[in-house]
Amino acid sequence: MGLKSLRWAAAALALSVAATATPVVPAKAEGDQFIPLLVYRTGPYAPNGIPLADGFIDYFNYVNWKEGGVGGVPLSWEECETQYNNDRGVECYERLKNRGASGATVINPYSTGITYALIGRATEDKIPVLSMGYGRADASDGTVFPYVYTAPITYWAGADVMVQYAREQEGGSLKGKKIALVYHDSAYGKEPIKTLERLAEIEGYELSLFPVAHPGLEQKATWLRIGRQVRPDYVFMWGWGVMNATAVKEAASVGFPMDKFIGIWWSGAEADVLPAKEAAKGYKSLNITGVGKDFPIVQDIVKMHEEGEGLADPANIGSVLYNRAVVNGFIITEAVRKAQEKFGQRPLKGEEVQWGFDNLAITEQRIEEAGLKGLMGPIEITCANHEGAGSALVQQWDGENWVAITGFIDPNRKALWPEYKASAAQYAKEKGIDPRNCD
Amino acid sequence: MNLKHLAIGVVCSLGSIPVVGLLLQQLAEAAPNDIFFGWDFYIEVVVTGLLQGVMYALVALGFVLIFKASAIFNFAQGAMVLFAALAMVGFIEMGLHWTLAFLLAAVVMIIVAILIERVVLRPMVNQEPIILFMATIGIFFVLDGLGQTIWGSNVKALDIGISQTPWFVLQGEFFPGGLRLIPTEVVAAVVGALTVTLLAVLFQYTKVGRALRAVADDHQAALSVGIPLKFIWAIVWSVAGIVGLVAGVMWGTSLGVQFSLSLIALKALPVLILGGFTSIPGAIVGGLIVGVGEQVGEVFIGPLFGGAIQDWFAYMLAMIFLLFRPQGLFGERIIERV
Repeated sequence: MGLKSLRWAAAALALSVAATATPVVPAKAEGDQFIPLLVYRTGPYAPNGIPLADGFIDYFNYVNWKEGGVGGVPLSWEECETQYNNDRGVECYERLKNRGASGATVINPYSTGITYALIGRATEDKIPVLSMGYGRADASDGTVFPYVYTAPITYWAGADVMVQYAREQEGGSLKGKKIALVYHDSAYGKEPIKTLERLAEIEGYELSLFPVAHPGLEQKATWLRIGRQVRPDYVFMWGWGVMNATAVKEAASVGFPMDKFIGIWWSGAEADVLPAKEAAKGYKSLNITGVGKDFPIVQDIVKMHEEGEGLADPANIGSVLYNRAVVNGFIITEAVRKAQEKFGQRPLKGEEVQWGFDNLAITEQRIEEAGLKGLMGPIEITCANHEGAGSALVQQWDGENWVAITGFIDPNRKALWPEYKASAAQYAKEKGIDPRNCD
Repeated sequence: MNLKHLAIGVVCSLGSIPVVGLLLQQLAEAAPNDIFFGWDFYIEVVVTGLLQGVMYALVALGFVLIFKASAIFNFAQGAMVLFAALAMVGFIEMGLHWTLAFLLAAVVMIIVAILIERVVLRPMVNQEPIILFMATIGIFFVLDGLGQTIWGSNVKALDIGISQTPWFVLQGEFFPGGLRLIPTEVVAAVVGALTVTLLAVLFQYTKVGRALRAVADDHQAALSVGIPLKFIWAIVWSVAGIVGLVAGVMWGTSLGVQFSLSLIALKALPVLILGGFTSIPGAIVGGLIVGVGEQVGEVFIGPLFGGAIQDWFAYMLAMIFLLFRPQGLFGERIIERV
């Protein structure tokens, strides 16, 4: 290769690096409580990843702006781009776990695959993993998964809430009804199957399964079978990214009634319905947080932006996934606050923050005091129970906005916990884990 | 490839539809719990597959154009589709009518083509195809990153005035509920047919077309007889960019304009293997076969395997064809003398 070619190659490389660079907020000075952020602002899942990342940085910035940090300890953070890839997720974790004054406070993988990949590593490194509404449902058992938290709710509990809601819509019984599950053909998409099969035996409905291959751009065959052959009474969906928008569009095109189509909370963001426009009207999904901007904390963040202190794109404020990240951020800061009660107001290690999580009780009173009333339900995490007894609501797309149409619905945890325990015990046996004593 | 081959290909493809239907009917009788078969349903699945196939063919066309003129497999075609669609939506967001936005996006793609020729291809004249292929991987990353940097990574709705409400035609005894047609796909089929006709005329009957074919055969020989290689490459990349824009508009209208559009290139690969890398009609026939094959496979055979088979089914179909015709259905047979 000649000098000229080398020059061109160097220029092309520089251009590609510049073009793919993502905004990174550097860690602040020593003495801060450091929180690594595994984000995906680029790639196929960026439309979902951007509002999530924006919610996190705005909330942490808000805590510093409003209170000077948690208990006087400023928060710092650094973004690492995973593009939703497991290998990049692990690389980001390894790169960031020792940053800051005391290492990583907690990891939020925002991917079931990355969560699976990090459970062993984070447990060994004594860094809590908060997989809020994703990841392994059986990780709710804190005796087997001491460093993994699933609060406020798991996929299995989400499936239970969906069935409860459908049953209520049908006047109290699903006997003889047909339910189809359209799911991303991955570990994530398969999570609810066992629960839905168990409930099918109890409730008397017939369950049909429709896997969709990644990334889910093509679902015509699936929806032809649903619309023309199976004709279910309800369709539940465990989708992600472009699969959601495609499914909504295809459902409309086969004339499936949108109000009988319910997605999990990862299938109910603005990006999932906007491409379908009017056709998506009436589509429902679960959500684990409140909808919109009408909450004191969100209004406060808007104020912060008006004063020129905001970091995120203001257009994302109040969107479904932005709000979810704000609640996620709040749970983290509450765990740090709790841990400070025991270990003092200084930058805490992951191991110390784990104690904060294990003893975290976010009451209705605390939620109201912090300005999150209606944005989340109460949570009570213990050493043994890492799910924290949270709940989910049903929202509906009105053509312009998501609107909450129910209050928070509690899943039937009496039935779910034996399932969590059995699955966690199996995991412990396979991995040779001696469950910790939480009595 | 001549018209006779194309006619034989189309007749064989169409003729196999009732044969496959009869086989599936037998299969459904043998396994009634797993397979549901009705002739009206089967024809609806086939029509859906044909229309979907045109959408795949639109993407495959961009690959064929560049391969024909430079023997390069353009890894960046998916990124070009995304970049073109993003540019068009960007202009619409500036308040322009979609037709004007389309024209401006076409101009953007021509500029991109000229830049690619000057910055990437010109220094690599007469290099091995694998080197040029690797250069297109670089182009993929640049376009991919640049597009998202300029226009953002959020999903953008693209409305060109096509109704989203499905049409139900031929309502009657055979199709009680009517045969479902999606307006976007019908428009895509018409646009696809027009695009292929235009490109076929360009390649077969114009001076530029002949020059394109000469360049594809041998860069150095083409240069030695006075064919302006740089100009030809700029032309062909421009045309591929505009075809990418058409594909981006059709797919973007359905799915919204977002990064995932660049992944539809994966759907074009089995089409290319089947139709041949050098045949424009091959891209269309390959697209139709893959479209119908994967829909019929998923609906009627998928339940036997637990579903989600259509992606690998398309590749399997292409591999079977490859066993019998390594150059694809309409590709040129390469004979090299030792």
